[in-house]
Amino acid sequence: MLNIGGLKDGIVLDHIQAGKSMDIYKYLKLDKLDCQVAIIKNARSNKMGRKDILKIEGGLDVVNLDVLGYIDCNITVNIIKDEKIVEKKVVRLPQKLTNIIKCKNPRCITSIEQELPHVFFLADEEKQVYRCAYCEEKYK
Amino acid sequence: MRHLLSPLDFSVDELDRLMDLASDIELHPKKYSDACKGKKLATLFYEPSTRTRLSFEAAMLNLGGSVLGFSSADSSSAAKGESVSDTIRVLSCYADICAMRHPKEGAPMVAAMKSGIPVINAGDGGHQHPTQTLTDLLTIRSLKGRLDGMTVGLCGDLKFGRTVHSLIEALVRYSGIRFVLISPEELRIPSYIRENVLDAKQIPYEEVRDLETAMPSLDILYMTRVQKERFFNEEEYIRMKDCYILDKAKLKTAKPDMNILHPLPRVNEISVEVDDDPRAAYFPQAQYGVYIRMALILTLLDIAV
Repeated sequence: MLNIGGLKDGIVLDHIQAGKSMDIYKYLKLDKLDCQVAIIKNARSNKMGRKDILKIEGGLDVVNLDVLGYIDCNITVNIIKDEKIVEKKVVRLPQKLTNIIKCKNPRCITSIEQELPHVFFLADEEKQVYRCAYCEEKYK
Repeated sequence: MRHLLSPLDFSVDELDRLMDLASDIELHPKKYSDACKGKKLATLFYEPSTRTRLSFEAAMLNLGGSVLGFSSADSSSAAKGESVSDTIRVLSCYADICAMRHPKEGAPMVAAMKSGIPVINAGDGGHQHPTQTLTDLLTIRSLKGRLDGMTVGLCGDLKFGRTVHSLIEALVRYSGIRFVLISPEELRIPSYIRENVLDAKQIPYEEVRDLETAMPSLDILYMTRVQKERFFNEEEYIRMKDCYILDKAKLKTAKPDMNILHPLPRVNEISVEVDDDPRAAYFPQAQYGVYIRMALILTLLDIAV
């Protein structure tokens, strides 16, 4: 068993689907932060078999819950204060995504007007389909 | 302030009111001849279009207003690299309402977000062309006296034809509509229309390859052009373009009160010998296009006559 030091104040992202932690690391831009980040891959889990965990030192402001919801809405977000879990946040599939994914439709207005925000809305919750707010193309 | 970006922007009740107004304009054109006096329509056409642009201009002129604008991106500030957002902000200072056609999908929406005047989407790439759908609905309602309880045949390019997709989405809001989708295998209606619109709302439809077999059951036959610009492969276009040619012989089994619609321009999918048939409605359809655009301009400018 690998031992990683406890977190005094920060966030633990638990129940990440095994192998997805680096995606989250990238989307949350954790490489840009100066704080300590622990990435635990393929940890044993009774519920999931294997899971990834991310431990991030600092406040909740470093974590965009919409991004987490988009990547994996089964993630548990634990807020740690004085080494204790003080709050658990539920992650949901966000209704709207802004500047998280980019429209790939070459006929979309965002392909020529670079300053436009890339906005997607949740078109089908069951199938987790997002469509571009401008051209309505499905994100693949 | 309201815009028209998609055919479904108006509720069925709002559409009814819009079409009532268009029908009143048809009956009493003089009553509306000064309704937009002193108002200006800007036509921002980033790609060429004869029919739609002139239809908008005719609509505004019929209402006593004036028009200004450009008819290609080359003759606009877009050629200098100006964004749609900047162009519309400037145009908002010059005109009271605008109609925009743009090759990029979603451009009219971007304009609407920054605009100080109502924006009408006059076609954005393969995405939406709401005033064509409004024209189609008004034509059907004017000729049939209703928009419910009929069998509508859609023939030709059902895959790339945005007018067909929009018309289906608009018609499924009325009761008793049945569709016959007539196309070659390669140009079938996209699965998202079949699944998300037709199946989801339990609308009866059948997909057939043969126009003649479908003909006797139809109340409306909506013909479409196989559009060259939608094909990447010239060979495939040539193979598809003459799939369905409507002529007098094929019309023999059609109902005497069936109406033939076409968004125009046609190439050869409707033989010219059909033009004199009383069921041919594609030229009157262009006239209805002017009436509905007049009604739309009045509605978006909130002008009551």
